Amino acid sequence: MTSQMTPPPTLGCRQSPVLKQRGQREVFCGLTGIIWLHRKIQDAFFLVVGSRTCAHLLQSAAGVMIFAEPRFGTAILEESDLAGLNDAHAELDRTVSELLARRPDIRQLFLVGSCPSEVIKLDLNRAAERLTQEFAPKVRVLEYSGSGIETTFTQGEDACLASMVPVLPDTQVRELMVVGALPDVVEDQMLGLLADLGIGPVRVLPARNIDGELGVGSNTVFALTQPFLGDTHAALERRGARHLPAPFPFGEEGTTAWLAAIAKAFGVSQDLFDKVTEAPRRRARQAIAQAAAPLNAKSIFFFPDSQLEIPLARFLTRECGMTPIEVGSPYIHDALHGPDLDLLPAGPQISEGQDVDLQLDRCRAARPDLTVCGLGLANPLEAEGLSTKWAIELVFTPVHFYEQAGDLASLFARPLRRKDILGVAAE
Amino acid sequence: MKLTVWTYEGPPHVGAMRVATGMTGLHYVLHAPQGDTYADLLFTMIERRDHRPPVTYTTFQARDLGSDTAGLFKSSCQDAYDRFKPEAIIVGASCTAELIQDDPGGLAETMGLDIPVIPLELPSYQRKENFGADETFFQIVRHLAKPMEKTKRVTCNLLGPTALGFRHRDDIQEITNLLYELGVEVNVTAPMTATPSDIAKMGQAHFNVLLYPETGEQAARYCERTFDQPYTKVVPIGTGATHDFIAEIRELTGSTAKLDTDRLRQTWWSRSVDSTYLTGKRVFIFGDGTHVKAAARIARDEMGFDVAGMGCYNREMARDIRAAAKDYGLEALITDDYLEVERAIEALQPEMILGTQMERHIGKRLGIPCAVISAPVHVQDFPARYSPQMGFEGANVIFDTWIHPLVMGLEEHLLHMFREDFEFHDAAGPSHHGGHAPKPMGPAAGEGGSMPAETAPPAPVNDNVIWLADAEKELKKIPFFVRGKARRNTETFAAEKGLNEISLDTLYEAKAHYAR
Ligand code: SF4
Ligand code: SF4
Repeated sequence: MTSQMTPPPTLGCRQSPVLKQRGQREVFCGLTGIIWLHRKIQDAFFLVVGSRTCAHLLQSAAGVMIFAEPRFGTAILEESDLAGLNDAHAELDRTVSELLARRPDIRQLFLVGSCPSEVIKLDLNRAAERLTQEFAPKVRVLEYSGSGIETTFTQGEDACLASMVPVLPDTQVRELMVVGALPDVVEDQMLGLLADLGIGPVRVLPARNIDGELGVGSNTVFALTQPFLGDTHAALERRGARHLPAPFPFGEEGTTAWLAAIAKAFGVSQDLFDKVTEAPRRRARQAIAQAAAPLNAKSIFFFPDSQLEIPLARFLTRECGMTPIEVGSPYIHDALHGPDLDLLPAGPQISEGQDVDLQLDRCRAARPDLTVCGLGLANPLEAEGLSTKWAIELVFTPVHFYEQAGDLASLFARPLRRKDILGVAAE
Repeated sequence: MKLTVWTYEGPPHVGAMRVATGMTGLHYVLHAPQGDTYADLLFTMIERRDHRPPVTYTTFQARDLGSDTAGLFKSSCQDAYDRFKPEAIIVGASCTAELIQDDPGGLAETMGLDIPVIPLELPSYQRKENFGADETFFQIVRHLAKPMEKTKRVTCNLLGPTALGFRHRDDIQEITNLLYELGVEVNVTAPMTATPSDIAKMGQAHFNVLLYPETGEQAARYCERTFDQPYTKVVPIGTGATHDFIAEIRELTGSTAKLDTDRLRQTWWSRSVDSTYLTGKRVFIFGDGTHVKAAARIARDEMGFDVAGMGCYNREMARDIRAAAKDYGLEALITDDYLEVERAIEALQPEMILGTQMERHIGKRLGIPCAVISAPVHVQDFPARYSPQMGFEGANVIFDTWIHPLVMGLEEHLLHMFREDFEFHDAAGPSHHGGHAPKPMGPAAGEGGSMPAETAPPAPVNDNVIWLADAEKELKKIPFFVRGKARRNTETFAAEKGLNEISLDTLYEAKAHYAR
């Protein structure tokens, strides 16, 4: 299944030493995931139990993108809630009842823990059980933590999906479960490809609504579409499901390898595989070739942000001709990131976690052609003459699978093209 | 516990960040978890700042909680001191750190740093962003400003501008120039543009100009008490207020310098016949207290609008705004609940909203034009061009900004005459806004509206009134920008007359009744 594939490097990054520094981390907390999850799961409401800071984070990270009807809100803790936990529970019940009365369309409610709710030890698990009993069968209430003391940015989605795994019904059917929130259009493309390969039934976690026929059991095999789903991976394995390790479906190579791992598990013939993938592979290669020209032979530096860094570095190195200098990721899970690390040629500094000031020193010294970083760092680095790509765009934009491979390359190419057009001398 | 969807103000430590980021040479060590670093993007993205805010976050994690978050705070503080070499440090806690009670102020004090260390107590579960800025600036002044001999020439300080403020950058310039023309030099502008050593010299000014009471009032009061510096009470937003401000300055300084008011075009622009169409437009005004108070005066006295409703989100200004609203025969809406503001606007059906970015979105949903007059801000509130709100140029800018979303005079007539032209129909919106057709009035589209379950139908004044088909049809022929008003007036008229049906006749009788 590796026809026309670039061979893997003789030495990948899987064994490379990992730089781990401790200092200030400049990353969002897991609450941020609500911004895309609440659009994806259409009958769910996300109720953060937190502070004004949490509400402000959601608003600032969302910007005006979705300043319409949000299916999320923050129950802001007040002085009186801090005084006694019993009262806080009573207040939470009141808030939830009001909310559900006003939003009869809501079938799933996620209570999302925050730093303040965790520090005062407000037991949301207990609250979720109590509220489920009260509102069943109409509404299912689950809880997870999106707090900044427990989770980093995309780990919020991981925690959310992991919270759903224990309540999935049992099934003994041999099914493929694809795990990770994708934009609907991308999800449909993926389902189309899998259907053409004759693989089915295919279930998706998270399902668009609660009535989906999603179950799990020892005959379930699952593939992850996002590299930040470590806890969900563990939760599914606890339910007996088997993981299909593969590089993540970014770019032509990643998508092909990802599909190939599934095809192999489902006994798809090489002929059929080639027939189904040939045209989209050709399109993807062509689109990348067109979009990636400005990236060729350019260097890139990743600040840790979304855990997408390693698969993206693999894509940019092997399909766009870039040279990574440092690839930082908030967390590295060998079971998830290993296949991508194998394909990423040894050379770049791999780093996990961060001390942002020290990392900025390294970045300035290296003067990469392109720096992938968070919104807080982008303009300051641009002002120092570095080109940047905001990492958050990568989780808000459709970038997975063949038909988006060209778009993915152009996301990175655009800052460089722009600099060219504006005639800013590359320093 | 209070359920909140969108907030007008961030937490108080964001106010402290606005002060620190506006200044130079000051560093803020903030005991906070990693997610709180989101606040940096407010400054680097919304305000397009080319430097990171001068803030070090300790980013403690769950596993630190049992062990040594206090040690982490101290090492972060030391690192910040070594790396950034600030002239002074402010230290404090975000909402989470407040709960673990490490006492950043006390910890920093034990470190024996050779620069001033200013502890901040900002109660995160009671207060908000503006309070945080006001209190932080006050503490900085209290710790750093020293009594000093007054300057020989008449000077003043400008108090209140911060990073992320609504047009603060340009207001500073406009007012500095205005004062210069009056023969008054600016000693220190703070917090924005000041260093800690500038703050130390604040005492040598003769008086203070309080530009933004929201963020500078405590400091102004402190200076009045401590340095014998009176401060100005008029905020010079609008032509009338600017003249009052000038009179106040003359009173304080004895200045008789002549002012050149040639640049002030707003008065003629307002009087010129093209502006007739502005007469009596019903506006709803909402924002921070200072900007709302100024906007109401401009709306009524300088634009000829009819102020139909007003209010503010910062309770600190509630008393002022309630009193101001009385002048307009109104009951002020004091709330920080976005949904309540939305309901008020929906019920009032104004022809225009003067509000914040939040009201801009309400306006978009309801098809009501909106101009932004106050924070909370978004990226478009930081224009590249010079566009103050204060002084004479500010009055010009405000005139232009407020009429921009409206359909212009002649165009309004044309829409009335040719309302069935397929290209020139009302839903196309003002011709100078390509591609921005306002949404038609009526029930909010499920996904697109905010909180539809609650606010779906545009609240009729009287639920018992039924619109008969021909009246309803006629109503639809009325252009969108007056339709809300026509509906409302007719329903009120019908209610007053005790009618429960609205016919074509009722519609036109109401029109005659309300004719002006
Ligand atoms: S880091 Fe904690 S306190 Fe801050 S926004 Fe996230 S959950 Fe809320
Ligand atoms: S073009 Fe549209 S969004 Fe922009 S200022 Fe005009 S009305 Fe507002």
